[in-house]
Amino acid sequence: MADNVPQLDSSAGALKVAAAIGRFASAGALKAAAEAVRDEGYRHWDAHSPYPIHGIERSMGIRPTVLPWLVFGAGLTGAAVAILLQWWTNAVDYPFLISGKPLFSLPANIPVAFELVILFSALAAFAGALLLSRLPQFHHPVFASEEFRRATCDGFFISIEASDPEFDEVKTTGLLEALGAESVELCRLPAAAPRLPRAFYTAAALAVCLALLPPLGVAWYRAAPKRQPRIHPLHDMAFQPKYKAQAASDLFADGRAMRPPVAGTVARGELDEDPRRATGKDEAGNYVTSIPLAPGAAIDKAMILRGKDRFRIYCAPCHGLAGGMPEGAAGEDAEKWQGMVSIRAARRAAGGEGTWTPPRVLTSAYVQDQPDGKLFETISRGVVNQEVRTMPGYAVQIPREDRWAIVLYLRALGRSQNASAGEVPPPVREASVSEEP
Amino acid sequence: MTSPAIAISDNTSSDPRQRAPLITCAPDCALITETVCRVVEREKTPLAWYAAFAVSSSFTVVMFLAIGYLFLRGVGVWGNNIPVAWAWDIVNFVFWVGIGHAGTLISAILFLFRQNWRTSINRFAEAMTIFAVMCAGIFPAVHIGRVWVVYWLAPYPNQMQMWPNFRSPLLWDVFAVSTYATVSLLFWYLGMIPDLATLRDRAASRWRKLAYGLFALGWRGSARQWHRYERAYLLLAALATPLVLSVHSVVSFDFAVSQVPGWHTTIFPPYFVAGAIFSGFAMVVTLMVPARAFFGLKELVTIRHLDNMNKVILATSCIVGYAYATEFFIAWYSGSQYELFAFLNRARGPYYWAYWTMVVCNVVVPQVLWLKKCRTTPWIMVIVAILVNVGMWFERFVIIVTSLSRDFLPSSWGHYAPTRIDVAMLLGSFGLFFTLFLLFCRYLPMVAMAEVKAAVSHHPGSDHRH
Ligand code: HEC
Repeated sequence: MADNVPQLDSSAGALKVAAAIGRFASAGALKAAAEAVRDEGYRHWDAHSPYPIHGIERSMGIRPTVLPWLVFGAGLTGAAVAILLQWWTNAVDYPFLISGKPLFSLPANIPVAFELVILFSALAAFAGALLLSRLPQFHHPVFASEEFRRATCDGFFISIEASDPEFDEVKTTGLLEALGAESVELCRLPAAAPRLPRAFYTAAALAVCLALLPPLGVAWYRAAPKRQPRIHPLHDMAFQPKYKAQAASDLFADGRAMRPPVAGTVARGELDEDPRRATGKDEAGNYVTSIPLAPGAAIDKAMILRGKDRFRIYCAPCHGLAGGMPEGAAGEDAEKWQGMVSIRAARRAAGGEGTWTPPRVLTSAYVQDQPDGKLFETISRGVVNQEVRTMPGYAVQIPREDRWAIVLYLRALGRSQNASAGEVPPPVREASVSEEP
Repeated sequence: MTSPAIAISDNTSSDPRQRAPLITCAPDCALITETVCRVVEREKTPLAWYAAFAVSSSFTVVMFLAIGYLFLRGVGVWGNNIPVAWAWDIVNFVFWVGIGHAGTLISAILFLFRQNWRTSINRFAEAMTIFAVMCAGIFPAVHIGRVWVVYWLAPYPNQMQMWPNFRSPLLWDVFAVSTYATVSLLFWYLGMIPDLATLRDRAASRWRKLAYGLFALGWRGSARQWHRYERAYLLLAALATPLVLSVHSVVSFDFAVSQVPGWHTTIFPPYFVAGAIFSGFAMVVTLMVPARAFFGLKELVTIRHLDNMNKVILATSCIVGYAYATEFFIAWYSGSQYELFAFLNRARGPYYWAYWTMVVCNVVVPQVLWLKKCRTTPWIMVIVAILVNVGMWFERFVIIVTSLSRDFLPSSWGHYAPTRIDVAMLLGSFGLFFTLFLLFCRYLPMVAMAEVKAAVSHHPGSDHRH
């Protein structure tokens, strides 16, 4: 017998009786014996058989397991999880209309709810059966017996553990013998539970640390700043044999992959009966000198205010809210009159970083003397000064009608900066005079 | 009342006065243990096993090579293209999932009906189920194109702030098949724990003891353990029964919920389930007949077991045949020209040969099983079962390919032909299936010993106790 004793650690010391087992001839004998053991008042004991024996629960006094209730609870949880998941994801967090189906409708949600009920219940039944039976449990007194191996083949056993208060080596073995056990045996285990050698823990800790290295490496690589593009293991559709916007191509003389539209192409919705409104030029190619209005439109306060509003968004960042420092303000702090972009660009240019062409003063005679069509063209196409783009074109961002409204506002700005005292309405004149210190 | 004793080697009698014995050897626990365990414990692996394993594992390798190629090049390596966007990938998926139905059916439904004869074959059939579901799972997983984002199928919070569409049958399918795979695995494993403990306790070498012991989880066959175990087994059976019916119903929704003529039919769920049971049982017979002969299990898996299975095959064959007829009737009765065309096109269109192969294999051939002689002669039933599986593969091919290749708009009709990669993947999936199966036969208990012991000791031989 000694050779079946677990010998993981030889220093464990003396053996101790941990259980008594008796083998019985048949399932019937086992059942009868179980009743007797139950009546003796033992509690830490069990009957072992190679297959389940009907009715032995009653002979042993085992109470029905709570497992069915666990499974029932898990099933309800599964149903609730499924319904909430489907409702929240499809009807609340990411409502997405498909073929006019309602965002949340029970019939469509039943299959998944059904599957999750089954999944949750099955997991509960499986885990519940094992955990309630205290499995996995690799260490048990009965495993010390060589003969007990027959319990999973053809042997019927009763085991009574030494931890039972009624347990007594002599009395208990006597009882089993009296009940007709074919053989009775005492299972002995080392007094101290066998312990794994320390080297095992060291090795395990080392293995865990080493296993952490690769994920740490990946995490580090992902987080650290890199000069080169990162490794791109899965290309998805990021790299395709095609030209992207603004790419270069040797095929065309101008070296561009993007082709400009054929001359005379009119984009959808841009065909206009009055070409002056689209280009700012008349049929002869001369700039128009008054704003060409759409049929039914009029120059009114609303248009000026619209122009002011757009000007403050698109133009003021460079040109300043008043269109730049007028000549009359010479000697004042120039930055007060400039837009944020101008101020910053000028400061950096002064510090030797980059270049900056200061924007034109929009209230100056240079600008104000230009015809309306020319101003419109400047706004639409921007300024290129000695092959350098000094001001971007705004045709893409600002709709055409708004560009004309800005032209109108430029005129208003020009008037306001160059007004004579007699042009200012009396109430405003008085107010501004009294405000001046 | 004394009844005439029947010869123990023939338990196929249907004399109602006499309960036919479940197994033809003595109902002795040690003998049952010995018969089943000696297959696993054999010192030397038989040469035939190695030969079979060499063949099947090389097919498996072919499968994985094909999948690797698919990953590198994209799904264009298959023959699928518009209008036949689903082809062999989904045919194979449905085929394998269908095969995977017999196992759980045998273990769960027959368990609830107290059909004790299931105990000899349930382990085997459950293993087959799991391997078939594994083969099935591969196809939808690799057919999505960018395989590395397959996890998008799962509902998890992500930086795209998107969720899967729970109103789509394709997502139901994800849930149904993965639940099925999980529950089948749990059922199989739970059932195997006592038998793994048997192998642990018989283990001669330290390694065997460790390996089987680990998976036996310390099972002691104690009454308290058995009590919970039996409860759990009953609950799992009760859960798996509706599950097995739901899985192929949900698979059929993939088709039935769409508009395509030939797919949009309400008969699909029951028809698919019947077909699945049909093909699954055929696969069990195909594997069981050689396995019981080769591994010396003829006394546990008796001719009567095979006879019973053949009866199920015959019954489901009739259901499937009836479903084919109903489809035609409804197509005509619906008055929809597209439906009618879809079915006439199946029988007379470019894929007529596939359709008639299906009808012959699934409806005509199994009719021989009305004869007891055919139900009890191993070689005949194996031929029938193999033909049934051929037929069932073609059934899925017919449903998918004929409907897609010619739907509403004649200008978008097309013809489908598979590529070499398609063929490699189908053959490879068989390789994988048989590889797993051979490993199972070699290393795990093929028959549920504890269950057979319980069944024979509660009904020993022809003894009437009720
Ligand atoms: C990014 C800064 C920037 C913005 C925004 C900007 N401009 Fe300019 N603008 C310039 C600069 C710089 C010049 C001077 C160009 C030069 O002399 O080369 C200029 C010049 C001009 C001129 C004179 C063009 C000429 O004939 O030389 C006009 C008129 C003008 N801007 C109007 C506008 C209007 C109207 C807007 C708003 C829609 C606007 N600008 C927005 C920077 C800007």
